[in-house]
Amino acid sequence: MTEACLTFRDLTLGYDSHPAVHHLNGTVKHGSLTALVGANGSGKSTLMKGIIGVIAPMSGMVTRKWGASVAYLPQQSELDRSFPARVVDLVSMGLWPKRGLLGRTTRQDRASVASALLAVGLEGFETRPVDTLSGGQLQRALFARVLVQNADIILLDEPFNAVDAQTVADLIALIGDWHGEGRTVIVAVHDLGLVRDHFPETLLMARRPIAWGPTAEVLRPENLRRARRFDEAWHDDAPWCEPQDGPGHRHDDGHRHPPAGHADTGRREPAVSPPA
Amino acid sequence: MYEFFIAPFAEFDFMRRALAGSLMLAMSSCPVGVFLMLRHMSLAGDAMAHAILPGVATGYLLFGLEVLPMSAGGLVAGVVVALGAGAVSRFTVQKEDASLAAFYLISLALGVLIVSLRGSSVDLMHVLFGTVLALNAAALTMIALICATTLLLLAIFWRALIAECLDPLFLRSVSRLGTPVHFVFLGLVVLNLVSGFQALGTLLAVGLMILPAAAARFWAHRIETMCALAVATGFVSCIGGLLLSYHAALPSGPAIVLSAGAIYLASVLFGSRGLVRARTSQHRHRTA
Repeated sequence: MTEACLTFRDLTLGYDSHPAVHHLNGTVKHGSLTALVGANGSGKSTLMKGIIGVIAPMSGMVTRKWGASVAYLPQQSELDRSFPARVVDLVSMGLWPKRGLLGRTTRQDRASVASALLAVGLEGFETRPVDTLSGGQLQRALFARVLVQNADIILLDEPFNAVDAQTVADLIALIGDWHGEGRTVIVAVHDLGLVRDHFPETLLMARRPIAWGPTAEVLRPENLRRARRFDEAWHDDAPWCEPQDGPGHRHDDGHRHPPAGHADTGRREPAVSPPA
Repeated sequence: MYEFFIAPFAEFDFMRRALAGSLMLAMSSCPVGVFLMLRHMSLAGDAMAHAILPGVATGYLLFGLEVLPMSAGGLVAGVVVALGAGAVSRFTVQKEDASLAAFYLISLALGVLIVSLRGSSVDLMHVLFGTVLALNAAALTMIALICATTLLLLAIFWRALIAECLDPLFLRSVSRLGTPVHFVFLGLVVLNLVSGFQALGTLLAVGLMILPAAAARFWAHRIETMCALAVATGFVSCIGGLLLSYHAALPSGPAIVLSAGAIYLASVLFGSRGLVRARTSQHRHRTA
């Protein structure tokens, strides 16, 4: 299980030339369960969007293991709850990677949707319109959709927001099941207690990577203090980060690179890969 | 009974052609209207209807009152505006409502200017309000082709259209179809407005698209039933409007759209999700 599933090479992602994820290097091992921790604005969501390819890197690259499929549950779903859809319609969208635009849904597909609803505790909700669901029920339904997607890599962006303790416990159990099945799971979480109890590995971000490795080592007080002390604002007068292999972007975190060759020598924070 | 409902269509060729044309129009534009409404773009349909005017007017200016050049012109103008507005909203920070408004206002002003270069206000009235009673074979063929194209494309892209309405970010995460589907859909809107302008005029064509869909929303909980109900509403409006127009000697386009409007208002009041039902059913509830 030491095979790399996701590889980041000097990855910089951002908006309007301002980096939100800055020079990230490292690999996510196949079958690992990683918590993505950091303050608001530290680049967690941006990193997930970069992994699924919704935003393109400003420099560097993300490579995914060949043939690995990804399921992504965004923090702010663009789900239109006024749309006349039933819970079963929503969850069946997870069949898309398998059936695509025109593929016929089989009895087996319907069975997988039904078992996903059962697994998240929403049996009997099949024909409920989505606009009648509570926040927690909707989150369970979205987890069911991830289940149906049956993906190798699962990205969950702050899935426990506005969800009660019982639902968090149920969803954590599902995440544990995915980990047990050898899927690669990355979850953005704020609750450090949850991270310590349930996530073997942690990537701590403050726009740039602060620490990455076994959770107990990463969540040490000095790391957390450093993660808190980053500058969230953008500076239009920030110096340009000289491009290695892409368009330039501005530096906002106050560090300057030496004039040449920063990819090798200039980084204050050497990128850390989790041990095998 | 026969005298009132059947005789006008049995006796007059122009009434039969009007009926065939308007039913095919309802068949294709009502489902498109349902998606337009569910994407919160009902007013965008109206804007598009205005946007095809300069193309229609250019066709008229160059070739006179001929179906094909006017339709082709409308199609070109509609596609330019739809693509322009769609591209601005997809690739810049501006939302579709603002970009579409900008494009259609430019287009509308251009259209009025072109119409005024030649022709009387009678011609302008024809372009704006159509004449379903003067549909010729060429116009009917065009409406039939557009109807078939629309139904085929809707069938092919059905799943993607629903996904794009329900959860666009999800669709983007599993497929690259999101943006193409959006443009295919805008293309269908333009096609159906062009198809409708001969019968109902550029301004009223959107009425047969939106009103049946908006009425169906008060009865149906699922998209399939909503589309079926919208088409049925469209059919009833066309037949009712043509009969009204025939018996009361009223202009046919407004009569059809007003029939749809009457069904809409009745649905607002008496639909299963309408005002009256919402007021009366609140007094009782189940135990769980």
